[in-house]
Amino acid sequence: MKIQEADAKSLLLAQGLPVPAWEVVRSAPEARAAAERAFAAGASLVVVKAQVLVGGRGKAGGVKVAADAGAAEAAAKAILALEIKGIPVRKLLVGPAADIAREYYLGAILDRVSRRIVVMASAEGGVEIEEVAKVNPGAIHRLEAHPHLGLLDWQARQLAFAVGLGGPHLRDFVQVAKGLVATMLANDADLVEVNPLAIVRETAADGSPVERLACLDAKITLDDSALFRHPALEALRDLDEEDPVDRQARDEGINFIKLDGSIGCMVNGAGLAMTTMDLVKRAGGEPANFLDIGGGARADKVAAAMRLILADPQVTAILVNIFGGITRGDEVARGLIEARAVQARDVPMVVRIVGTNAEEAAALLEANHFATASSLDDAAAKAVAAAGAAARTGPLTNPAADR
Amino acid sequence: MSILVGRETRLVVQGITGREGEFHSRAMLDYGTRIVAGVTPNKGGQQTLDGRVPVFDTVAEAVRETGANTSCIYVPAAGAPDAILEAAGAGIETIFCITEGIPALDMLRAVAVVQAAGARLIGPNCPGATSPGRAKVGIIPGSVHREGGAGVVSRSGTLTYEAVQAMTDAGIGQSTCVGIGGDPIIGTTFLDVLKLFAADPETDAIVLIGEIGGSAEEEAAAWAAEHLRGVPMAAFIAGRTAPEGRRMGHAGAIISGGSGTAADKIAALEAAGIRVAGSPTEIPAILRAAGYRA
Repeated sequence: MKIQEADAKSLLLAQGLPVPAWEVVRSAPEARAAAERAFAAGASLVVVKAQVLVGGRGKAGGVKVAADAGAAEAAAKAILALEIKGIPVRKLLVGPAADIAREYYLGAILDRVSRRIVVMASAEGGVEIEEVAKVNPGAIHRLEAHPHLGLLDWQARQLAFAVGLGGPHLRDFVQVAKGLVATMLANDADLVEVNPLAIVRETAADGSPVERLACLDAKITLDDSALFRHPALEALRDLDEEDPVDRQARDEGINFIKLDGSIGCMVNGAGLAMTTMDLVKRAGGEPANFLDIGGGARADKVAAAMRLILADPQVTAILVNIFGGITRGDEVARGLIEARAVQARDVPMVVRIVGTNAEEAAALLEANHFATASSLDDAAAKAVAAAGAAARTGPLTNPAADR
Repeated sequence: MSILVGRETRLVVQGITGREGEFHSRAMLDYGTRIVAGVTPNKGGQQTLDGRVPVFDTVAEAVRETGANTSCIYVPAAGAPDAILEAAGAGIETIFCITEGIPALDMLRAVAVVQAAGARLIGPNCPGATSPGRAKVGIIPGSVHREGGAGVVSRSGTLTYEAVQAMTDAGIGQSTCVGIGGDPIIGTTFLDVLKLFAADPETDAIVLIGEIGGSAEEEAAAWAAEHLRGVPMAAFIAGRTAPEGRRMGHAGAIISGGSGTAADKIAALEAAGIRVAGSPTEIPAILRAAGYRA
């Protein structure tokens, strides 16, 4: 699960990392008030940043610096009018703008190859790390943190010297790097990134200039499988940015991803669901979705899956592909029969059920006049043909549901 | 022979009195797997599955009393990492974890401990392994198999059944079919299983079934190019049409930052001389074209 920058900063702050103050606002007047408070607290400039769960906010005009409260309000108004990669901006972060001397990258990921936590640092901060990895991979320094011990002091020092942060910032960097890994461990994150981690110029109480490290941006992705033990983190899910269909699927316990095609797919098992999509494409069609009903699905879950598929108006044919193991074919067949009796529109359906209780399923499907297929390739071809025929004749309504 | 499971398998089922554990244990017994023990804390001393399997409180006790050498875990996600560590601590050599939805950090820690104990973990989020005619451990339906010499290794569940059924229908039997699991952090990789197949005198062909996400297929392809020359092989990769940045059901099936795509994996396999099927039904024909005479 992705979380917003402001929430990620809260999690870093909780581990003692240096994060400049911020407020989250939802309107231009609120942004003005927040800016006034930042100026009163001594800021000479404020920054207004769009809070959306996609990258590239800066390039899209979603980050602006303002020299007074009026300018901050105008910036907020402009940013709130934006859509960034299709997502309308609803929230803003407002805080003092840092005087940046130098930018670095620091990140921690769960690495599936080494099966370790990998910590990465680079002196080329403030730009996309994927870009650095392509252009200048040698500029990224990596090491593995122990899954039980976290990042050790000597490892953090090693990274500090590698990116040129020895000297006056060494102690702070060690604290930040260890805190980054601690944030990952405390929250079951699979990614924690600070980009940029910056040396910022500030004025000390006696008026003399000082430099210190600060986390100016934060990106955290949480492990969906671990949310059950972090109820407070579940509350950070941004429902504004979640597609209502995705939410419905999650509530039903169905793995569903909407795509752009016309052939709705219902499958048991993730690998087989992807394969079914691939074979639809190979047969000349376009899949409308990825849908895995999971193992052992009962009739009611099948009916819920059918509702999800039919909620997409682009769907003109449905392919059901079930290889029964834990899942019983006759349960799926019963679910399909129930779903068809009440569905809002009649869409041609091709059903293939093999494996556990396939014979009982075949009898049920035949008695209820479903189109069936024996092989996966045959099922894909029939579904594509049905979608083509539906496209020629236009949509049908279901007479049974109209009664 | 066969790999990982066989006639020498003495299985302890962790979570045997749960709904899933009991259902699949019955299917394993019916297939002929030697289940010597079950473990459910506080149910020690009972008998389950019509009096055929004794239940113990701890894995250590089950090992001591029955000589169990393999474990299969059906414990829910919150308790499954502990079940893995208990099995490793009791000296179990081969641990299968069927459970789906275990936090990745728990698996990082568990894998480190299992490795230090010298045990082997398969999964989590895997369907288990079957050596046809000998034993099956996990949830793969026994009916899809036929005895033979082709080794199958896969990240999926039902997709594996589909591919294996196609092989069986075409008269190509299997030495062992192994599902390594769809999670990002797993105990045994494609490469580990390829090495086991390479050392198994009864495995004379290999089928690899991968999917988007990570780079384990590429790693396996590079090793196969060097060490499996002359072994008939076929592959299948799921997710050619998967969009970037979305988890396709399996926690590990995600294309991120443009890496882990089906196209990358197919290119790596083809470069290693392994033909990649466009559909699971084409796997038998590819094995035959590679010179396999089963």
